[in-house]
Amino acid sequence: MSESVQRAEPEAAEAFDVVGKSLTRVDAWDKVSGRVEYADDVDLARMAYGKLKRATRAHARITKLDVSAAVAMDGVYEVITGEDVPVVFGIMPAAEDETALAQEKVRYVGEPVAAVAAVDETTAEAACEAIVVEYEDLEPVTTIEQGLADPVDEAIHPDHGQGEGNVDRLGSLEFGDVDGAMATAAHVREDVYFYEGNTHLPLEQHSAVASWDPGLEKLTLWASTQVPHYVHRQLAKALELPPRRVRVHANSVGGGFGGKTDPFPHQICAGKLSMLTGRPVKITLNRDEVFYAHRGRHPVLMWVKTGVDEDGRILALDWKSFLDGGAYGSYGPATTYYTGALQTVTYRIPNYRFRGTRVNTNKPPCGPKRGHGTPQPRYALELHLTRVAEELGMDPIELRRKNFTGSHELTANWLEVTTNGVAECTDRVLEASDWYEKRGKLPEGKGVGFAVGSYITGAGLPIYWNNMPHSEVQIKVDRSGGVTAFCGEAEIGQGSDMMLATLVAEVFGLAPEDVALETADTDTTPVDLGSYSSRVTLMMGNAAVEAAQKAVQPVLEAVAAERDIPMERVVARNNRVYDRQDPDNGVEFAEAVKIAEAEYGMIGAVGSYTPPDHKGHYKGAGVGPTPAYSYSACVAQVDVDPETGHVDVEKVWMAHDVGRAINPGLVEGQVEGSVYMGLGEVLMEAWEFSKTGQHYGPSMLDYKSPTVGEMPEVESIVVETVDDRGPFGAKEAGQGPLLPVPPAVTDAVWDAVGAELYETPITPRKVLAALAGRHVGPTEVPDYAFPEPDHVDVPENVEGW
Amino acid sequence: MLRLPEFEYHRPETVDEAVGLLAGQGLGAAMAVAGGTDVYPKMKRKQFRPQAVVSLAGIDGMDEIRDEGADGLVVGAGTTLDTIANDATVAERYPAIAEAVGSVATPAIRRMGTIAGNLCQDPRCDKYDQPLEWRESEDWCWKAPSREGFPPEDVTEADLPCRVAPGAGRCWANFSSDGAPAFIAHDAEVTLVGGDGERTIPLEDLYVDDGINPLDKAPEELITQLRLPAADGTRSTYRKLRPRAAFDFPEMGVAVAVRQADDGTVEHARIVYTGVGSCPKVADEAVEGLVGEVPTADLVEEVAAVASRGTRPMDNTAYHPTYRKQMAGVYAKRALTDLLELA
Repeated sequence: MSESVQRAEPEAAEAFDVVGKSLTRVDAWDKVSGRVEYADDVDLARMAYGKLKRATRAHARITKLDVSAAVAMDGVYEVITGEDVPVVFGIMPAAEDETALAQEKVRYVGEPVAAVAAVDETTAEAACEAIVVEYEDLEPVTTIEQGLADPVDEAIHPDHGQGEGNVDRLGSLEFGDVDGAMATAAHVREDVYFYEGNTHLPLEQHSAVASWDPGLEKLTLWASTQVPHYVHRQLAKALELPPRRVRVHANSVGGGFGGKTDPFPHQICAGKLSMLTGRPVKITLNRDEVFYAHRGRHPVLMWVKTGVDEDGRILALDWKSFLDGGAYGSYGPATTYYTGALQTVTYRIPNYRFRGTRVNTNKPPCGPKRGHGTPQPRYALELHLTRVAEELGMDPIELRRKNFTGSHELTANWLEVTTNGVAECTDRVLEASDWYEKRGKLPEGKGVGFAVGSYITGAGLPIYWNNMPHSEVQIKVDRSGGVTAFCGEAEIGQGSDMMLATLVAEVFGLAPEDVALETADTDTTPVDLGSYSSRVTLMMGNAAVEAAQKAVQPVLEAVAAERDIPMERVVARNNRVYDRQDPDNGVEFAEAVKIAEAEYGMIGAVGSYTPPDHKGHYKGAGVGPTPAYSYSACVAQVDVDPETGHVDVEKVWMAHDVGRAINPGLVEGQVEGSVYMGLGEVLMEAWEFSKTGQHYGPSMLDYKSPTVGEMPEVESIVVETVDDRGPFGAKEAGQGPLLPVPPAVTDAVWDAVGAELYETPITPRKVLAALAGRHVGPTEVPDYAFPEPDHVDVPENVEGW
Repeated sequence: MLRLPEFEYHRPETVDEAVGLLAGQGLGAAMAVAGGTDVYPKMKRKQFRPQAVVSLAGIDGMDEIRDEGADGLVVGAGTTLDTIANDATVAERYPAIAEAVGSVATPAIRRMGTIAGNLCQDPRCDKYDQPLEWRESEDWCWKAPSREGFPPEDVTEADLPCRVAPGAGRCWANFSSDGAPAFIAHDAEVTLVGGDGERTIPLEDLYVDDGINPLDKAPEELITQLRLPAADGTRSTYRKLRPRAAFDFPEMGVAVAVRQADDGTVEHARIVYTGVGSCPKVADEAVEGLVGEVPTADLVEEVAAVASRGTRPMDNTAYHPTYRKQMAGVYAKRALTDLLELA
């Protein structure tokens, strides 16, 4: 295991053969031609089709569940209910509170209560209609305020939760002395913001095919998932099978964005139904069911108070987060802390207090969505700091520059910043957008806004506690001249297959297409924890480079010996192995492998990656650490119609510090995708429910997400800081660029027409309300008695800031 | 995926044959389908449960646009929205129509959907245009049948809850055709063929203010064509309020047509709304203030304000009804301002 990977060859970027070039993805043809196999494409002999019967009440006890009519139908193979799958599971050990089918009570409209396997989908659907469920309603909880109050009938989870009633999670931390520092501040300001929830909206609906082998007593699952390893663990647990008798294969995923990082009821039910019927069983969700599966962005109510000195330096920051978690835990413990973790990574905050709570509500469970728990506080923090600057009469950019963190420092909450491109990103994006010629100077109706952001390059800790590597790669070198890389990573559209092929190819001196990939299969590939937290390029990449370097070594040695080349001069490049000083002295790569294989036997190696230890030692310290932080800075330009309130985003400039762009084209793709998603969140997407817990409209028509018609031009600026922690210096690009988009757009609306908005989405009606002088957004947070914070000393270097 | 339920499928070759099939099946048991972009999704969601579907796709001669010079333009009922939106004559003489049908849904839907289907589309409500389980969860409503034979005959409208306007005793589903206001603004006439023969009426007379059945026609009556009078110098435009530039039904749409004399005097004008009630809203009273006048910006503002007062948006679409009503005035004002070149 190596923390830092160095190339055996010269370090300069021009010395790379495939790294740093916008090469075509190895999976491009499959994706554009439809040849790729998604989970729903899996079609097995004798396969049955499964459907889930879903709850029609938000909070209710099941008083009757009669499946007899469904069981009696022609073509129905099996019907299961909660008693068939009673094992409690959940993605995080600290928050296991789900079962595949409801046990005695239901907690949200759309929660699965029974599952059917039948000869075809039509029969399965009819069987679901024939299942009779009767309920005794309990008072539903649909808001944060209700979640903090005493339950009317009973708590959603009477036996769980860190607080009273429906309080699921609590965090309370203080670094340094906030009240003391606040008392010395020249200026103090408080604001309250609400960031609306939203969902991932992947184009591919979730799907799973399970096949039970009665001979081996082994279950195989093909699934649309970002995390085959975690699904493997949870499937074995929920179905009470030894993990070695469970195989999970993640198919190519048609969009995840965090929505496919949990184990899901349909996966477990497909498995159980296959075990009971002896047939493969496929369950593919309908679009409305994708909305119920959710695990999307938490709605978060936030209070922030900042004290600055007369020069605008932050002395203390006090924060409260109130998260609407939905009915189950999902990643909630992490999400709660993420709403307080990364504020300190962009700004030096010498004294910092975070208090957060997540309440359960009778809505589909919230979880991680692109940026996991950090876009909400980033929205509040960026808009708040601009207000602070204006009250001081300072340029908001200047205030930020005074407080930016630098490279290689510890934050007050003990997060270790390595390379830091926030200042360079700011410079580049301001220059590209002509900021100082535009801010406050554009014609009425037009405006520009600015924000920065930062995100982790992989969570520093795994979901379940263990001290094993987070990513492992195995490499087999073949006498044909090909190389095969084995890794559990899951290609979810982000380009992880291309990353693996590129990094291995670079070391071997081959083209990415020469690297065969075997991925995302728990039987045939070593563990990678999955495609979440922007971890794959760095963690898998480091493991891959280590494995490749170890595997190429005997090839280099064998050719050096055969051709009488000093070891320090032998290189593998351009499909050859040769003497760097005498390039004619060498052999084709395939020939080199033959020489090596004759000398040493099979050529292969493994590599592993474990993140560095985190520095903080307090409750909650596991959320926030990462090998390296990415940084982004964004300018958005808008045209606001003051008569209709319509906000037209004309252009977005995004500078993103990615460490090193292994493939600049893919980095730009991630930036553009992040901008699209951020625009949807700030302009129109809303996770809205009726008072009875009914989703406003679980369809792509009713859930308003932008189309190409709303997408502006995006100018992506790739900033490289070359971080020793990443493979060839790379950091993340998949999530960070979303973060500054919502605050930058909101700030631009203020610049354009003077409308201040304190909540998302900024719909036309809200813009008109703000223009009419009304306060748009919450004005206060609940007076909730958080526990006394755990006091943590700040690291020594904070004193010298 | 959502599956279509089983149904009988008929494909007649003449209008009379189709009318006969529809009449023979009995009320509610058979539905006519042309492009299918409204009917089939609603069958999948079990909002429509016809035993039989009568396709009009096999009837020849229904999909033509015929220029009759001084007698205007004839548009066949089965002409696709895409064909109309891209027709040079329509775009030149009846721009509101080209703009309106070109704004429907998405390109793929416009290539399937027909103009008659657009004019006859089922009024929409966000408490009704939902999956079956969703509607069951909301305890159904007068417009949301749960199963075959629902609602039972002894149940009256008053017995069923309306989530939009409880106690109103009627359905407020929102008329959502983009095409209707544009054709009405151009004084289109519609020809229908039924068991008692053919009749031609002004298009606006086809509609009644009812969210469940907004069409004043017998179930077996079919639209065969629309006739537009000669444009005769009339200028027009269609303005559509919606969250996104594609997909979305009108949250409010307004078609405006004006004809001016050489001295600028308005000779004829129409303002017609969609998406703000259960049928098209024709603001003829408002434009009375405009006809015979040489328009000014103040007059246009006043006329638009009066026109918008006749709209009645309810809380059953994405945008708030207050906002939609407010925009009804703003959009009419802007359309008039542009057409009358007052800006």
